[in-house]
Amino acid sequence: MSELNNRVVEKYRNNFLKEVEANVEEGDWVKMCMQCGVCAGSCPLGDAWEHTPQKLFMMIRAGKRDEVLSSDAMWMCTSCYNCIVRCPRELPITHIMHGLAHYAARLGLSPKNQPTQKFAQLFWDNLTKTGRVNELKLGLNLYFMNGFSEGVKKSLEMRSIGQGMFFAKRLNPMEILGGHGVKDQAGFHAMLDKAREIEDAKLDKFGK
Amino acid sequence: MAVQKDIGAYICSGCGLGDRLDCDQLEKVAKSDGRAKLTRQHEFLCSKAGVEMIQADIDAGDVSHIVLGACSRRAKTDAFNFENVVMTRTNLREGVIWVRPDTDEARESTQEMADDYIRMGCAEVKYQDLPAPSQEQGLNRNMLVVGGGITGMTSAIEAAKAGYNVGLVEKAGHLGGTAAALYKRVPERAPYSLPVDNGVDSLATQIQGNPRITVYLNSTVTKTSGAPGRFSVDISTESGDTTTENFGAIVQSSGFEPYDMSQLTEFSPESPDVVDQLGLEALAKEANGGAIKRPSDAKAVESVLFVQCAGQRSEKEGHLSYCSGHCCATSIKQAMYFKQANPDTDTVVMYTDLRTPGAGGEDFYRSAQKQGVIFTKGEVSEVTPGDTGPLVKFNDLILDENVEQNFDLVVLATGMLPNSGVNIDAPAPAEGEEVTETPVSILNLDYRQGKDIPQLVHGFTDSHFICFPYETRRTGIYTAGPVRRPMDIKQAMDDATGAAMKAIQAIENSSKGLAAHPRSGDLSFPSFRKEGCTQCKRCTVECPFGAINEDERGFPQYNEGRCRRCGTCMGACPVRVISFANYSVDSVGQQIKAVDMPDEFEEKPRLLALACENDAYPAMDMAAMNKVEYSAYVRAIPVRCLGSVNTIWITDALNSGYDGIMLLGCQKGENYQCHFVKGSEIAHIRMSKIDDTLSQLQLEKERVGTHEVAITDVERIPQIINEMAETVQKIGMSPFKF
Ligand code: SF4
Ligand code: SF4
Ligand code: SF4
Repeated sequence: MSELNNRVVEKYRNNFLKEVEANVEEGDWVKMCMQCGVCAGSCPLGDAWEHTPQKLFMMIRAGKRDEVLSSDAMWMCTSCYNCIVRCPRELPITHIMHGLAHYAARLGLSPKNQPTQKFAQLFWDNLTKTGRVNELKLGLNLYFMNGFSEGVKKSLEMRSIGQGMFFAKRLNPMEILGGHGVKDQAGFHAMLDKAREIEDAKLDKFGK
Repeated sequence: MAVQKDIGAYICSGCGLGDRLDCDQLEKVAKSDGRAKLTRQHEFLCSKAGVEMIQADIDAGDVSHIVLGACSRRAKTDAFNFENVVMTRTNLREGVIWVRPDTDEARESTQEMADDYIRMGCAEVKYQDLPAPSQEQGLNRNMLVVGGGITGMTSAIEAAKAGYNVGLVEKAGHLGGTAAALYKRVPERAPYSLPVDNGVDSLATQIQGNPRITVYLNSTVTKTSGAPGRFSVDISTESGDTTTENFGAIVQSSGFEPYDMSQLTEFSPESPDVVDQLGLEALAKEANGGAIKRPSDAKAVESVLFVQCAGQRSEKEGHLSYCSGHCCATSIKQAMYFKQANPDTDTVVMYTDLRTPGAGGEDFYRSAQKQGVIFTKGEVSEVTPGDTGPLVKFNDLILDENVEQNFDLVVLATGMLPNSGVNIDAPAPAEGEEVTETPVSILNLDYRQGKDIPQLVHGFTDSHFICFPYETRRTGIYTAGPVRRPMDIKQAMDDATGAAMKAIQAIENSSKGLAAHPRSGDLSFPSFRKEGCTQCKRCTVECPFGAINEDERGFPQYNEGRCRRCGTCMGACPVRVISFANYSVDSVGQQIKAVDMPDEFEEKPRLLALACENDAYPAMDMAAMNKVEYSAYVRAIPVRCLGSVNTIWITDALNSGYDGIMLLGCQKGENYQCHFVKGSEIAHIRMSKIDDTLSQLQLEKERVGTHEVAITDVERIPQIINEMAETVQKIGMSPFKF
């Protein structure tokens, strides 16, 4: 658990709902859920989750901070938007799921080796390097995410798809050398730095 | 038949009747069998020309009684609206050609059907007279309102606005009832976001300044006698002074009593920090916008739990099985009291189903959520007085876990019990049985049938929820507000207005001798032949509306104003001395006898259907409109209510050779649809004894069937008829055809 987490806990004491409202994207909506269960019934993946969105919202209201933030549930959301379309209270559920996942990650509470989270990190690192996604490297990084031997196995398995993409001009082997990027690399990185600065400033409210 | 009756029979050949039926033959039947003095045919009877043709005969004094052989009596009522003539309408369109196939084989039986209906019409009209008002009651534009809460005050104000004088009786020393005990009330206007003023003062001011309203405080009604248009009411003060006033109609808005929370022992009701909703209102009034303090130690409440459905919607012994309707919104409102005073108060509403009926209910709920009220789906199993405040054990139904939590204050959302006075249908206490408490009567009716309004379930006064909400089973007396069903203030105010309107209608109708709902406008009323009466009291007992008193010698005493004209008394009378000018044992009995009865070997059974005019008969008309066919052997007679069916009709029908008899009435029981509340039920009871008659005649009991049908049974009624035809085919023809 991070030091930031300790500071947040200190600030909100046991009012996890307030904490979510203040720090989670669209967290303000959680209190408006009327527990009808429509989202839980609509989510195509709901059955496979540890907690449905409905239950997560109830857990937040019941102050179950650790259970929510260390849960794997919100990481499983595929952004299909079924729930948003159907929620009678019009909660932006999908966005709250991502908001919760992001918040948990920032506090260092998300479950270790959560595949969605790992991939998200790979994607971020890949993208921020040049400002363009390097498909080849992203694919390879994904295959080798869980070690060398599994990576080789996976690469062989996916070989025909890779070849297909190559012939369809969807994959350029030369990308391995660094690949393409945005024109103004320096500007792009300055922009990212600024964004991080703003984000960090937000955390100041928890004291140092 | 002292007066000369000149019958005119008018046959329409329009709407396909002329193509399907031999109308000349119908005229012949009317002349020979129906003894009509005059018969005419017209190819468009409801047209201006057709109507003028009839009117000319009436004006010339040629006819005093007319029979129209055309469409259903429910159609073209505007066209066929003649004054000073007795009219009956036989149903050749919906009752004959529209329910029969247009084929050569069917032609004969269809014509027989039509011939019989003409015979029946002529027979009926012969036994009908023009009803005249009873003159029993006059115009009295004063209205009595019993109960000075929000409901009663609203009724009084609305009636006064419409130009009627009101006597408003309130047992307490001030107006306002329960609403006066509220700090604030649930809003009934957009944006439905915050509690609003309880509204009592503004209503009270309107009443004080109103010359049409006389308020009787500290008073109760100690005697009510009479009938609509001439109620005589004793109003007594606590000290015993009594004044007697006359009123045309009465609105009873006696409200409710809160459920006694001390019965909920599992919630530690004796603990000072466990209160009911009215208890919380008192605390909020005291705080008057400041921090609400808990009773035990006057600490400002930092956490509060609302327990919804406390002792309600539960089948447990001593609990209320019903939902009181207002308590979810009330808890939401009360949670806002805390949030308004201090947004940091922990306010939790624990519910299994949150119900916020009404236009603004959902908005109000959302407003509370926005203010940070937490709603938890859970069930509280126990409250114990903890060290720092009540300790609550509950099961969180979403997270599926048992939780224990301390709160500073617990509010129990308990239910409402109607303040409906004496249950006149309660079984008398058995000998030696202890009578714990005798309820105080509200109206002290001087009616043979009991002191108060009859109740339906759970002590609420009997009125049909959906179809006729304010009507009670005492004509001219209307109930409004939570005495009739659980409700909130907004609904009670709507109710109050509705009941006031009904009371005004009763005043106006009764002044002209016209019936109230559901035969509104009917002038006929029951009268009885004293010479034949055996003082058996059946009519006085069976009348669903308590219209009949008894004189010293035990003879029935009719109060026309209280009568709904259902005819249940007529059906009850074993010596058949009760009749209406235009509806009697004869007017139906003679129709039954007028049917031409083919002999046993012709294999043409005859079935009799006695159909309630409110639901069953219209459903048969609708079946016709939908081209649903049924047996040509049936002869249908509309009756005012199944309760008006005298068993002599059944006996006579069986004796004269009918092969099957069907009684078609409305649903009875707790969820009744009978327009006369008890008529259908009483008919079912009477008919359960018809088996004796059948076995005496050595007839199969399948020959008589009593059915509960609804106006929507457009397919089912034809099916019942056809099944009876099949049954007769199976068991054979009646041997009583002479
Ligand atoms: S958007 Fe996410 S939470 Fe919503 S239904 Fe789809 S997968 Fe489930
Ligand atoms: S659909 Fe909306 S209101 Fe219903 S449980 Fe899900 S989030 Fe709550
Ligand atoms: S039974 Fe019906 S018709 Fe007879 S007195 Fe009562 S209300 Fe009137």
